[in-house]
Amino acid sequence: MNSIHSMDSLTIGGHAFDSRLLIGTGKYPADDMIPTIIAASGSRIITVALRRVDFEATTDNVMQHIPDDMQLLPNTSGARNAQEAVRIARLARATGCGNWVKIEVIPDSKYLLPDGHETVRATEILVKEGFVVLPYINADPIVARQLEAAGAAAVMPLAAPIGTNRGLTTREMLQIIIDEIKVPVVVDAGLGKPSQACEAMEMGADACLVNTAIASAADPVAMAGAFAAAIRAGRDAWCAGPGAIRTSAAASSPLTGFLYEQE
Amino acid sequence: MSRSNAHTMDFYDRVAAFRDGDIPRQVESATDADVQRLLGKHTLSAQDFLCLLSPAATPHLERMAQKAHALTVAHFGRTIVLYTPLYLSNFCSNHCLYCGFSRNNRIVRRQLTLKEVETEARTIAETGLKHILILTGDAPDIASLDYIESCCEVLGRYFPAIGMEIYALSQADYGRLIEAGIDSLTIYQETYNETQYNRLHPKGPKRDYRFRLDAPERACRAGMRAVNVGALLGLDDWRRDAFFTGLHAHYLQDRYPETEISISLPRMRPHLGGYQPGCIVEDRHIVQTMTALRLFMPRVGITISTRESARFRDRLLPLGVTRMSAGSCTAVGGRIDKTAGTGQFDISDERSVPQMVSMLTRAGWQPVFKDWQRIGGWTERRHSISQ
Repeated sequence: MNSIHSMDSLTIGGHAFDSRLLIGTGKYPADDMIPTIIAASGSRIITVALRRVDFEATTDNVMQHIPDDMQLLPNTSGARNAQEAVRIARLARATGCGNWVKIEVIPDSKYLLPDGHETVRATEILVKEGFVVLPYINADPIVARQLEAAGAAAVMPLAAPIGTNRGLTTREMLQIIIDEIKVPVVVDAGLGKPSQACEAMEMGADACLVNTAIASAADPVAMAGAFAAAIRAGRDAWCAGPGAIRTSAAASSPLTGFLYEQE
Repeated sequence: MSRSNAHTMDFYDRVAAFRDGDIPRQVESATDADVQRLLGKHTLSAQDFLCLLSPAATPHLERMAQKAHALTVAHFGRTIVLYTPLYLSNFCSNHCLYCGFSRNNRIVRRQLTLKEVETEARTIAETGLKHILILTGDAPDIASLDYIESCCEVLGRYFPAIGMEIYALSQADYGRLIEAGIDSLTIYQETYNETQYNRLHPKGPKRDYRFRLDAPERACRAGMRAVNVGALLGLDDWRRDAFFTGLHAHYLQDRYPETEISISLPRMRPHLGGYQPGCIVEDRHIVQTMTALRLFMPRVGITISTRESARFRDRLLPLGVTRMSAGSCTAVGGRIDKTAGTGQFDISDERSVPQMVSMLTRAGWQPVFKDWQRIGGWTERRHSISQ
């Protein structure tokens, strides 16, 4: 049975969602696996690279496999600067992909690290044009704050370089972002195991986006379910308010005990 | 070579810095313990990469393959981007001893008219392919930039991604073709051994080793989205050429992080003119090269062309490949005219697009038809934020 806390919804851009797991569409052995992944993950938001969308497909096409009731989050994969991201976002909207956009500005093909400055520029432009903007960023609290000021609907800091499955390597900075930023914080990229997603949620993240760890699992459907369960557990734990962590079980107060000593 | 020196050197100097004697000596001196140590290492240096190409690494091919597979799946997923070559012209002013289009070969020379380009484009587009690679010989007076621009205008109506494999150009000319819609460049050095290069290219503009060597860098500077390098393995010692191919890709990736760098591993195939490979490159050597490259450069794209047999390509699939050609034809006009002349080389894997799709799907890989979206000319993208 789910606890009541599991039912608290995630609100982004004025829409409420009953799942805090966002998923991707890349890297799967076959696109027709996507509906099963969606079902197993319970996810309500799915990101798709516009560069992969074929608007005149004569062959199989990723869009055919995404149910209409999913919130589509087109991403600007391939953009190397703000200008390219803006153009891709406009193209996505013009071709019927809606007005949500995940900004990815990646001028680095070696590590696929995002460019914070260009991401902020793209966000400023697209927010003014009425887009619901979710920018993918390094775990940089200053950039996150600038994005919040620019009107981003959420921020998506990375846990580790994309595709590495290395977990919460940016933990300290993520915690600052979670503590300081008022819009939802979606931990994106680098989460390799459900336990790591669970921990991100226990830290107070609002949601996680997981693609590689699900897509590259031996059984992607089972892994999608495992991430969903971990994210629910982490959210419930955060809502429940974990007890303080003590380093020792000592009950005595060697330094202040004298205050209570009888004369 | 020290780190600080390496940073300021251009690629020609970097190749020259590995004096001829050094590579064989380093390859021979690699030990089993060296290889074992590298297999546990996170980031590999150029010297480490050379060690993985050495005979000492041969007993560790399975471990290298497993690591290469895991890295490829993590970074690219179980996906393969499909493309097909379109030969526009086989006029050529070069005399490359190993090439079927060499000017000394008496073959029917042909250049597609724009109408024929359109017919070929339509035929290819009907198979569902979205990525096309246009090729010409080295004849700038006939297969001119004006001609290629006109072809791009036609092809842009059918394909969201147009790559080219043509003669080496200046940076300004690369810029011009990027404006025309070209988004990726493939250019092979053929061999990085300058002495052997000069021997294999006795006549023609391609004889200029340095101009060709620097062509990928000029394309990066011009703002090309993707640049693909390679050596024609078999023209010289394969270890040496594989090493310099990796070094070249690494150099470009370091200096031009905005550009997607990839590598092709073409191996000498029989062709008209009868040149026999200078070095026999066995299947296991291709496997060693590919897996060593993947460990050295986890995010580099790797292409395997239809020069390889269907069976071998299928086996290479999980070892690091990210792009494959399908429905290939190396003769000019070969798709629209069954009597079209000689191809540049003999295709070994003659499978059609549906056959490739079926093979990939059966093997658990997703064939990706479209992996790029053209978003206007580079200048427009770079210099103006329009509302």
